[in-house]
Amino acid sequence: MIEIDNVHKSFGELEVIKGVSLQVNKGEVVSIIGGSGSGKSTLLMCINGLESIKSGSIRVDGTEVHARGTDINKLRQKIGIVFQQWNAFPHLTVLENVMLAPRTVLGKSKAEAEALAVKQLTHVGLGDKLKVFPGKLSGGQQQRMAIARALAMSPDYMLFDEATSALDPQLVGEVLDTMRMLAEDGMTMILVTHEIRFARDVSDRVAFFRNGLVHEIGTPDQVIGHPQRPETADFLRSIN
Amino acid sequence: MFESTFTWNDLQFMLQGAWVTILLTVVSMIIGTLAGVVCGMARALLPRSTIPLAWVLDVFRSVPLLIQFVLFNALKSIVGLNWSAFAVACVVLGLYVTAYCTEIVRSGVLSVPLTLRRASRSLGLTYWQDLRQIVMPMASRVAFPGWINLLLGVMKDTALVMWIGIVELLRASQTIVTRIQEPLLVLCIAGLIYYVMSLVVARLGARLETRWQEND
Repeated sequence: MIEIDNVHKSFGELEVIKGVSLQVNKGEVVSIIGGSGSGKSTLLMCINGLESIKSGSIRVDGTEVHARGTDINKLRQKIGIVFQQWNAFPHLTVLENVMLAPRTVLGKSKAEAEALAVKQLTHVGLGDKLKVFPGKLSGGQQQRMAIARALAMSPDYMLFDEATSALDPQLVGEVLDTMRMLAEDGMTMILVTHEIRFARDVSDRVAFFRNGLVHEIGTPDQVIGHPQRPETADFLRSIN
Repeated sequence: MFESTFTWNDLQFMLQGAWVTILLTVVSMIIGTLAGVVCGMARALLPRSTIPLAWVLDVFRSVPLLIQFVLFNALKSIVGLNWSAFAVACVVLGLYVTAYCTEIVRSGVLSVPLTLRRASRSLGLTYWQDLRQIVMPMASRVAFPGWINLLLGVMKDTALVMWIGIVELLRASQTIVTRIQEPLLVLCIAGLIYYVMSLVVARLGARLETRWQEND
């Protein structure tokens, strides 16, 4: 379970998260929607400790992410994250990209890591691209590789930070399909996304962020179908 | 018309000088690269606390190499170190290479996008694992052409060690010129030897680069 409790976060003078509380239960898929600058991406970075927080607390399975004694590298093993810019390691092949963390972090043998990587890459439909360098792949393929790379660590949680925003429109579908597959497998997921229809389809709950706060939260049908707050309705209208 | 008193012995003498040039280059590049990698990473990763280091290294980049040789050689005598001229040359050239290599490595490390490092850290890699697995391999591809340039430059800068009494390729050539009074011929031969040595390095470097580029 991810428990976010009254989190504040600033970049210098600028406060981007102004007291967000949110609970994500095991097996739940929660989508975060909202305009740019509403703090939604920053919140994801805070959840796995890539960003510090000013006050409040974030607990993952009871472990305080930003506490001094927390082994953050250990904690990150169970939180996979997929970025907007897919961030493939360009000097490694697709296979090596996925094998890297299981080998260096989990200390798996080469054969074990390779078997694991092949399995994950096949799962996302890249079984025929193992020896290719990421520079030769399309954006959608690179993003699916990034998903496989995160999954190879067998995470309990997956965070998606606008995973399809940087893709050409015709490549968005293949990545969404992969994410949908994960959701159907029961993965606990937090999606920051602009794909409202997708969010409505796969999410258990949707949160609308505005000005660094959770403005409205509920089932997809409530928030997207019948928004209670005028700002939510405005936002949904503006992106359609 | 093409009579010359240049003998096989002279050529051998020049090749011996060339060997000294190679030795000096290799030793100073090894010293300077090892130190430069450490200093360059420190400069890139801890920019503020290593500012004094940058000042020190700036001295070695800014003062002409010739002056450094002569000063260090004098210092050696004053302090009473019983070092050979070759050792002095290696230390001075090593520091000189360190100063340049530091900047090359620094720019290489800084060229690795922060987002890639975040991605590797998000997978659970520690700070050092990230440096070893992501930053260093990527930085070295960026730094490599600059490093080859440095190597080619140093190979020619070694000629200045003649001022502290080491006979390398250029000094050997001068000795022969003084004796047979055929500067054009001798310097052409010396130039050719430098050219061949540089060509080998440049070609090897280019081959390695193309192999890396095929992957990108």
